Amino acid sequence: MWTNLAPLLWESTLQTLYMVAMSTLIGTLIGGPLGIFLATSRRGELLSAPILNTVLGLVVNAARSTPFIILVVAIIPLTRLIAGTSIGTTAAIVPLTIASAPFIARLIETAIREVDAGLIEAARAMGATPGQIVRKVLIPEAMPGIILGLTLAVVSLIGYSAMVGAVGGEGLGDLGIRYGYQRFMPEVMLAVVVILIVLVQLVQSLGEWIASRFDKRAPRNRGR
Amino acid sequence: MQAPAISFLDVTRRYPQKGGSDVIALQDITLSVPQGAVTGIIGRSGAGKSTLLRMVNGLERPSAGQVMVNGRDVGAASGSELRAIRREVGMIFQHFNLLASRTVAENIALPLEIAGERNIAPRVAELIERVGLTAQTNRYPAELSGGQKQRVGIARALATGPKVLLSDEATSALDPDTTRQVLDLLARINRDLGLTILLITHEMAVVRDICSHVAVIEGGQIVEAGETYAVFSRPAHPTTRSFLKGVTGVTMPQFVAERLRDTPEGASEAVVQITFTGTHATDPMLARLTAERGVSVNILAGAIEEIGDQPFGSLIVGIPAERAEESRRFLEEHGLLTEVLGYVD
Repeated sequence: MWTNLAPLLWESTLQTLYMVAMSTLIGTLIGGPLGIFLATSRRGELLSAPILNTVLGLVVNAARSTPFIILVVAIIPLTRLIAGTSIGTTAAIVPLTIASAPFIARLIETAIREVDAGLIEAARAMGATPGQIVRKVLIPEAMPGIILGLTLAVVSLIGYSAMVGAVGGEGLGDLGIRYGYQRFMPEVMLAVVVILIVLVQLVQSLGEWIASRFDKRAPRNRGR
Repeated sequence: MQAPAISFLDVTRRYPQKGGSDVIALQDITLSVPQGAVTGIIGRSGAGKSTLLRMVNGLERPSAGQVMVNGRDVGAASGSELRAIRREVGMIFQHFNLLASRTVAENIALPLEIAGERNIAPRVAELIERVGLTAQTNRYPAELSGGQKQRVGIARALATGPKVLLSDEATSALDPDTTRQVLDLLARINRDLGLTILLITHEMAVVRDICSHVAVIEGGQIVEAGETYAVFSRPAHPTTRSFLKGVTGVTMPQFVAERLRDTPEGASEAVVQITFTGTHATDPMLARLTAERGVSVNILAGAIEEIGDQPFGSLIVGIPAERAEESRRFLEEHGLLTEVLGYVD
């Protein structure tokens, strides 16, 4: 039996990785600038635009309060518009991205807000433009926090991707439901869960390792 | 007389409050900071000194009045004009404000990158050498001591070749030894580069050690200003006097302090503090008092320091009570300052 199932598990794992990778990538491309803007545009801040900040904050909150499974069904017309179809793995990337972008935006906003205001002041005193402050100070200083935030986003997306079976998305979650639950094959369910645990563990460890590479705040074993 | 490097003309800073009267951080400040000198602004926290300093590079804007830096009105500048002024004004901070993600060399390179300079490396190497951190070039701030971090801050502030250096409590987070070294470095930079330094502090010792000029700020107003030496020898305002306590001169020996009382009745000796100023600091005035007037003087404590490059001495002496007034007059006539601290039996 395992000889039949192994290719299936492998294929599903690749589908999950594909969905998660694409939605993280696009989600970061949208959520990154959004998060930077949210972190720097309150009244009196670097890019002070309080009204736009409030409006975008509301949009982000609205997107984040919609339960994912409802979001998936609610945006089917949009999915069809973007992906050309509303079913399948590629189509599933649309709701996953729409769920991940505001989440990533908040995570990056938090990481950027952690940067000491004194550094922004120092950069302003050097005659830096707001763009230079973002590029040369905020992003590099927030990098460890940004990496940890993205790690958290990827782990969450692995969980979300298991739900897209509801609209014909494939991947590990879908496999677990179809074989494990509907065909009474608990061993498939178990295998899916084990693979997911391993995946999450790998992502978490990798994320923490990369973040620590960026983190120069605490001296490591360099000696003083 | 050179034009001042920085001048504040009737500068007021108000912070509007919702549904209440404005908070006035600075009121009608008029102050000139001389070219090439080290000027200190001393005040308690909340006195407005930080707001005043930040007006020089436009981090704060005056609500009224003008702030002129090298002949340009900072308060009126904005955008690229303001950024150009800022490149001519370096700043160092109490908490250093170094980028944790950049090495020493990369931190010092930052203002050069911001200014769009090419050929940054040789300039950075030269600055690192100037502040004595060659061995730490590729270290990260987390691996440095407080004093080393402030040296990086100083090198970074000097990177774009500014004419003015602002120091925001730069030594307040440092221990006394390190403070000494950082102040020495600032004094050397002032001398070698002819850089105008404006610093704020709450420690009179910092003013004593490197400032040739001082302004005392209290409740958003300058209460006293002038050459450090003059302010130290004749402090007019109570705030100045309280800052000066324990910084200049001497403290009374315990055994005298315990026996001291306010009234002269029946006392054998008056305890008098004598302040020697300027050239008089080196005159043997006490010897002359004894030789010419036959008053025997009992020295209880004394110190001579250098303030604003001039000798500044304080002595606490015991003078026979009945000769005290006469002796004080004699000394005052010869340019010394005297103050009766009390009497002992």
